[in-house]
Amino acid sequence: MEKNTVLSLRGLVKQFDNVTILDGIDLDIRQGEVAVIIGPSGCGKSTLLRCINALEPVQGGEILLEGEPVAAGGKNLPRIRQKIGMVFQSYDLFPHLTVMDNITLSPRKVQKRSREDAEQEARELLARVGLSDKEKSYPRELSGGQKQRVAIVRMLIMHPEILLFDEVTAALDPEMVREVLDVMLDLAAQGRTMLIVTHEMNFARAVADRVIFMDEGRIVEEGAPDDLFDHPKTERAGAFLNMFTFESVRA
Amino acid sequence: MDAAVLHEYLPLYAKAALLTIRLGLLGVLLSILTGLFCAAVQYLKIPLLRIIVRVYIELSRNTPLLIQLFFIYYGLPKIGIRTDPAVCGVAGLTFLGGSYMAEAFRSGLEAIPPIQEESALSLGMTRIQAAVHVILPQALSVSVPAFVANVIFLLKETSVFSAVSLMDLMFTAKDLIGLYYDTTEALFLLVVFYLLMLLPVSILGSIVEKKVRYAGFGT
Repeated sequence: MEKNTVLSLRGLVKQFDNVTILDGIDLDIRQGEVAVIIGPSGCGKSTLLRCINALEPVQGGEILLEGEPVAAGGKNLPRIRQKIGMVFQSYDLFPHLTVMDNITLSPRKVQKRSREDAEQEARELLARVGLSDKEKSYPRELSGGQKQRVAIVRMLIMHPEILLFDEVTAALDPEMVREVLDVMLDLAAQGRTMLIVTHEMNFARAVADRVIFMDEGRIVEEGAPDDLFDHPKTERAGAFLNMFTFESVRA
Repeated sequence: MDAAVLHEYLPLYAKAALLTIRLGLLGVLLSILTGLFCAAVQYLKIPLLRIIVRVYIELSRNTPLLIQLFFIYYGLPKIGIRTDPAVCGVAGLTFLGGSYMAEAFRSGLEAIPPIQEESALSLGMTRIQAAVHVILPQALSVSVPAFVANVIFLLKETSVFSAVSLMDLMFTAKDLIGLYYDTTEALFLLVVFYLLMLLPVSILGSIVEKKVRYAGFGT
């Protein structure tokens, strides 16, 4: 393992009822790297993210975060999960809490930080994503894009080592996609370590240091975004990327 | 209807109402605790206990309170467990109410999508922390309407307490009718006292229901 590797997956196997979802995934994510996973629906990319913070138990292989194993049921799991930030596709804010309480709940309860301390940092982060005026709002009063930005803040306040994004714009109306992607671009520019699953190909090209193409539970091809998008080496990646381009039909 | 008779009966009914309220509320309280315990066992899928809880819930929900009371009052002494009427009444009400409360809480818990727990866990919370701070507040607010309906249902069920010779409202009314044949007055007061007991509970329930809709469920 390289010295500055944050996350390391070795031969990861995930099965649901004898159906193999992940079929031996090897992956290293370096400090400060932004890796984007693309691939057809059902290829296992979302499952992969869920396995990384042990929301799904794996049937084989290992996950190392800064050299420490991540395993479902492990006693250290809550502590390790603090280092793995995750934002989901569906709006998963806690509906019974205000934006401020959504953000400060885990720093206060998990990290035992004082309310003042947590709220001060929450305000700084909210300002950075342009939501300073929403701290007293409830999630139901926010748009989808605003909810996802709050979800990102709620993850950031735990100071995670790596950020996982699971199709965070897939459920958004098109005009709200941009505001969320801009926040993610900003995080990438700050040098955060990120692993992103997305269907936004233009965004992937712009944000990624490395693009990983997955199909049928395996990593089929990976490389720099320009190489992979413009000159895919495998037929499967080429066929997948072709679905996103349109020939002109004008006569 | 004779006002003098009503006036004369009033203290007897008041006394009976107090007994009904005392035993009823105690029964409701113990039902809530039993229900929370059963719902927790089912939510956490604790092996073995889960089966026992399931059997208890089906047994409790599919037999009438009157029969349950008879079983406790007349049946248990046969195996050496003798209880006085008040204990028997509260035990019966708890046996019945525990399962209804358990089902109310369980439906609340099941209404919360798994992603809520998963996001709490991914923020580093333990399962207990996720349950206390994220799942329970939402689940309880979902179960409030069923919960309030159960409280009213259980307080009404206290009317069978007279079967184990508890001097509750029903007992008092039947007793007075048997003694003086003032049927109209006796039954009128019975209705009035049950209403006086239950209307405040209903009103309080509606207020609570409105209050806990903060989470925007169903909107």
